[in-house]
Amino acid sequence: MPNQEHSRPQRRDETPDEAPEPTAATPEATARKDALDDDIDSVLDEIDGVLEANAEEFVRGFVQKGGQ
Amino acid sequence: MTVRRVMGIETEYGISVPGDPTANPMLLSGYVVNAYASMRGSRSGRAGWDYEDEMPLHDARGFEVARQVADASQLTDEEDPTLANVVLTNGARLYVDHAHPEYSSPEVTSPRAALRWDRAGERIMLESVRRLSTAPGTAGVNLYKNNTDGKGASYGTHENYLMPRETPFSEITHHLIPFFVARQVMCGAGRVGIGQDSTQAGFQIAQRSDFFEVEVGLETTLKRPIINTRDEPHAVADLYRRLHVIIGDANQCDVAGLLKMGTTSLVLAMIEDHALSVDLSVRKPVATLHAVSHDPGLQELVELRDGRTMTAVQLLWAYYEQADRYLQSRHAGAIDDDTSEVMSRWSSVLTRLERDPMECVREIDWVAKLALLQGYRDRDGLEWSNPRLKAIDIQWSDVRPEKGLFHRMSGRGRIESLIEDAAVEAAMTNPPEDTRAYFRGRCLEKYSAEIAAASWDSVIFELPGQSALQRIPMLEPLRGTREGVGDLIDRSPDASALLRELAAANG
Repeated sequence: MPNQEHSRPQRRDETPDEAPEPTAATPEATARKDALDDDIDSVLDEIDGVLEANAEEFVRGFVQKGGQ
Repeated sequence: MTVRRVMGIETEYGISVPGDPTANPMLLSGYVVNAYASMRGSRSGRAGWDYEDEMPLHDARGFEVARQVADASQLTDEEDPTLANVVLTNGARLYVDHAHPEYSSPEVTSPRAALRWDRAGERIMLESVRRLSTAPGTAGVNLYKNNTDGKGASYGTHENYLMPRETPFSEITHHLIPFFVARQVMCGAGRVGIGQDSTQAGFQIAQRSDFFEVEVGLETTLKRPIINTRDEPHAVADLYRRLHVIIGDANQCDVAGLLKMGTTSLVLAMIEDHALSVDLSVRKPVATLHAVSHDPGLQELVELRDGRTMTAVQLLWAYYEQADRYLQSRHAGAIDDDTSEVMSRWSSVLTRLERDPMECVREIDWVAKLALLQGYRDRDGLEWSNPRLKAIDIQWSDVRPEKGLFHRMSGRGRIESLIEDAAVEAAMTNPPEDTRAYFRGRCLEKYSAEIAAASWDSVIFELPGQSALQRIPMLEPLRGTREGVGDLIDRSPDASALLRELAAANG
């Protein structure tokens, strides 16, 4: 890592067991991510079905006044 | 040190009528508020807002802006009878802010509760949309939990954190600016288009970043500052300040929302305890804020004043490590569950953002949105300037579960949820039990016919047969809890009985 040293956070003994583990490093999480990637075609099919039919007109019509 | 403190989230929603971009947004926002109020049997004019303690022109740096030189849009405390405004039984405020319906959550004491009552606000907006879709003679109104139209307009999602008054504002500014420059990589909502009015095609991390033009200031609607100095504590002014954070995006992902509230609260706790020993001041914070947002690859290098350079993720690691050390040295072995959860999520998300941001596709809004957009780009060969990608960006935040693309992704199990739907639903009507929101909400639920007005720090009663109004001040945010007043409200059949008992207790 450039210019800086980091002590990578380690799991600490005193961290409660119920705290969520970093998930992506586990095989289960990797498998789940792959499953999500496989699922993308069916996601796009579903989104096709609900997406505003005339995207250009929809985008043009979404005009807001500024707020805070 | 803990993530727990009095906090809350204000969310302004984008509003439009399908096929009618010229519809009057002020009027429509009023319909939204009144639709919900009437469904719940309350009238927005009835339990009105008590403006006595509103001080939008007080500046945390210790001076007051002359009213005549302030922009008209800053004058949020002038009551306009045409604008709808209602206090809900869950302790929230639902009203029209400028040209948007806004839900301001009740005061809560943890990041999880902040998410829960903010999501209750989404459901309340959805109920209004449903109600208006069946109202005769209208085309219906759609609401969007986003922060820009991509054409130059932005509207806010503000966080509020109660802090001790004694903490110098200069310390807050000093340590929070670098944190806010970097924080967006965990909690940006993603946006198609670069620049306030999207003059450049592309994808960026945050909805709001391009709208921030100065480092510190009082404005919220123009020349927006990274640190907003509005000093309107809605509490005992000698003891507290309410830090009004205007730089965040509206989150729909629970994990990102938890990290937004939780990590910010931890950084504030370290500022309060003088526990931040490393100076992380960045050069050109405004330009850097924009540059970080414009680089979803997360490789942009931030230049620190001391000459070091690091990525935004590395900058956040520097805050994380100070928090971790501080927690170990001060509270080793006795960290509360809320703090423990935030710290664990924080390190997990930073680890994966650094490795491959796409690993956070279930937890972080901008990553989830980008994954869907990239899917379309890959399948259909779309350029970033393609209107379909812009349409996806907008429709992502539609509050309707059948139309909102975030809700569609969530419904397919692609988003990690932290709050049960049943808990969100209960929070639509029930107040938090551990702040003064409990007193406010229960009074609205039980005595609404006898309440003339309410605000964050007061409830004003109008008792039958009495000409004088009775104002109950609530300047201590942690008083008026269920533990403190639950029995009293339970056994008081009407407001007269309640006030008699309150007077006896204070006498």
